[in-house]
Amino acid sequence: MVQALGYLKETASQTAGPYVHIGLTPNFCGIGGVYDADLGTTMVSEHTLGERITVSGRVLDGTGTPLRDALVEIWQADAAGLHNSPSEMRGAADPSFSGWGRCPTGAEDGVFRFETIKPGRVPFKDGRPMAPHITFWIVARGINIGLHTRMYFPDEAEANAADPLLLRVEHRHRVATLVATGSAPSYVFDIHLQGEKETVFLDI
Amino acid sequence: MSDRADRKPETGAFFPRDRNWHAPALTPGYKTSVLRSPQKALLSLDGTISEITGPVFGHSILGDLDNDLIHNFAKPGESAIGERIIVHGRVLDERGRPVPGALLEFWQANAGGRYRHKKESYLAALDPNFGGCGRTITDEEGFYSFRTIKPGPYPWPNGVNDWRPAHIHFSVFGHGFAQRLITQMYFEGDPMIWKCPIVNTIADRRAIEQLIAPLDWANTIPMDARAYKFDIVLRGRRSTMFENRMEGN
Repeated sequence: MVQALGYLKETASQTAGPYVHIGLTPNFCGIGGVYDADLGTTMVSEHTLGERITVSGRVLDGTGTPLRDALVEIWQADAAGLHNSPSEMRGAADPSFSGWGRCPTGAEDGVFRFETIKPGRVPFKDGRPMAPHITFWIVARGINIGLHTRMYFPDEAEANAADPLLLRVEHRHRVATLVATGSAPSYVFDIHLQGEKETVFLDI
Repeated sequence: MSDRADRKPETGAFFPRDRNWHAPALTPGYKTSVLRSPQKALLSLDGTISEITGPVFGHSILGDLDNDLIHNFAKPGESAIGERIIVHGRVLDERGRPVPGALLEFWQANAGGRYRHKKESYLAALDPNFGGCGRTITDEEGFYSFRTIKPGPYPWPNGVNDWRPAHIHFSVFGHGFAQRLITQMYFEGDPMIWKCPIVNTIADRRAIEQLIAPLDWANTIPMDARAYKFDIVLRGRRSTMFENRMEGN
């Protein structure tokens, strides 16, 4: 016999279900008066440093139909490439930028939209700079465990070509699923859950 | 707890997820998963600083009644109808360490199984004094608690006669975005747990049992509210001692 490792098992994920908005964006779904404002609706203020951008898009199922009951969260570095997180050891991030946003796709057209700033570059584990990117997390009815992916910028072709994560995508035509369309200041990032255009999702 | 005061923020990569413990993406018994499940393999890589870091929320975001669903939507002097309960527990990581400062958000149906949502059409009535959302932040030792009423089961259009067991949805933030988790808590002894296609997306019975909160008689308040205990485990992370140094770290 050997000693037991003694680790606990992670609590298993379950779907967020169709009514995720009750808990995470109650004002959006008409439950007023409990919270002043829904968390994650405002990422920037007039004091935030950096280039203002808009990121919008849809989450589409295997038939190409947009989900209107998904919830999307994003997480990103500030304009200098620092995260507003206690685990950020490289310096103090811009205090006027949360780095985190949350948006439901509950509107008729199923579009999510974030008003944010273009992130600076952050290093990969070996020190190589990653291309500017925004981390996405998607939950919805029918999704058993939240899906992680990343959005890269179409006007950063040189940085994207050397990005350590994008270089790991074996089937090169799939890199395009991680690159937004549009141009500054308005980028569009559609997320395809399944099928021909399926977005690369991350186990990270 | 002397190790706590001088503990430095942890910055190592998170333990890989055991994706045989979690439900797979495609679980046809839960019909909506069929068209919403990726068919291609996930791209695996060790966490980078983009996922090791994550938002942390201060107690300043919380209102006085955010952790009291019995009263946070009720008219003055009134309260939600149903079985009054306290749900409490601890957020730990896989190494058994408490996760302080973790934001928990929860949502649920009312005592009759009706959600306050425009897309919900179940004929059970709304409770005018129940909204169904709440939130709290774990304390320095990872503990949390909130008050609510026990939600009722409700029918849903999956199979012809599928009913969800009574459950409370939980959304949890740890300290890194890679720890982000949404799950559901079930109640000890509910015979419907084992019939539910959503519960049964999880193959390992032990993983399901970890989602079932036991009745906690010790913490039940006489003549007021019964208690259920629900501990949540988030991904653990490696120490940074022997990590490659990231630039500037």
